[in-house]
Amino acid sequence: MHRFANPNRFLRLSAAVLPWTAGLSAALMVVGLYLALVGSPPDFRQSETVRIMYIHVPSAWLAMFGYASMAVASAVGFIWKHPLADLTCKAIAPIGAAFTALCLATGSIWGEPTWGTWWVWDARLTSVLILLFLYIGYLALVSAFDDPARGLKAGAILTMVGAVNLPVIKFSVDWWNTLHQPASVSRIGVPAVDPSMLWPLLVMTGAFWAFFIALVLLNTRAEILERKIQVLRAAQAYGASA
Amino acid sequence: MEKLQEFVSMGGYGAYIWGAYGLCAIVMILLVFTTVRRLRANERTLATLKDLRRGGGGEAERGGQPAEGQKDAP
Repeated sequence: MHRFANPNRFLRLSAAVLPWTAGLSAALMVVGLYLALVGSPPDFRQSETVRIMYIHVPSAWLAMFGYASMAVASAVGFIWKHPLADLTCKAIAPIGAAFTALCLATGSIWGEPTWGTWWVWDARLTSVLILLFLYIGYLALVSAFDDPARGLKAGAILTMVGAVNLPVIKFSVDWWNTLHQPASVSRIGVPAVDPSMLWPLLVMTGAFWAFFIALVLLNTRAEILERKIQVLRAAQAYGASA
Repeated sequence: MEKLQEFVSMGGYGAYIWGAYGLCAIVMILLVFTTVRRLRANERTLATLKDLRRGGGGEAERGGQPAEGQKDAP
């Protein structure tokens, strides 16, 4: 049962951490929503539509962070064959995909009043759309095999190869002439965002991150249990036929 | 009251802003709902399977001794 030692420790640890991350997320969400919708000023050029930033940017960061953590988990699973790594990778995928879709949708809703268009095929938007397809492709690939272990392995390879898209997304606004604006928070030096807008953005980002972590913990628990169910079912089938 | 109307209209961009926030809320709530439901379902299935293995139904007895390594997965 050595194989299960770490997943079991994870089950215990995650049960202890979960209420804290969920509570933190809820608390930050309340404060963040107040700051984003009431406490922060309208932009002098975009007026009120700037408030979409407070959900669009955290979603975008989570979309990329989610994929990056999947790539790391895949590499760990691939090199050290750690069973928990592959399961974590699979647990992150649907959540990361949801935030990528949210990033695209909120960006589109923000683009209409500010750019005058819902969508353009500029490098930033296109590379994020590719990220969404990578997530969906991973989910499809993992479930396409009869043997779950083979599906996870194929998914891990796809994830690692697809990781080249991450720097493309990050630097797309510098490499190409995009309609999307360049980075204004995560850049060298002082963020080019006024504190009155930076604070709600940071609080909302914290709320989104805590939400993401809580959900990944929950979903990883579900994956571990599913794995145990598979093992038990296989043992049962073996026992019945023997 | 006027204040509230002003807040809801968001300078004429209410549809965009509330649309974006509403969509975000729906997706996040759905994520929590589906994940928790999946976890609960797996917990139930696992409990049932373990009960069966313990020989509650008699059916599991037939298998004789299970493979040594898989006897307990606490």
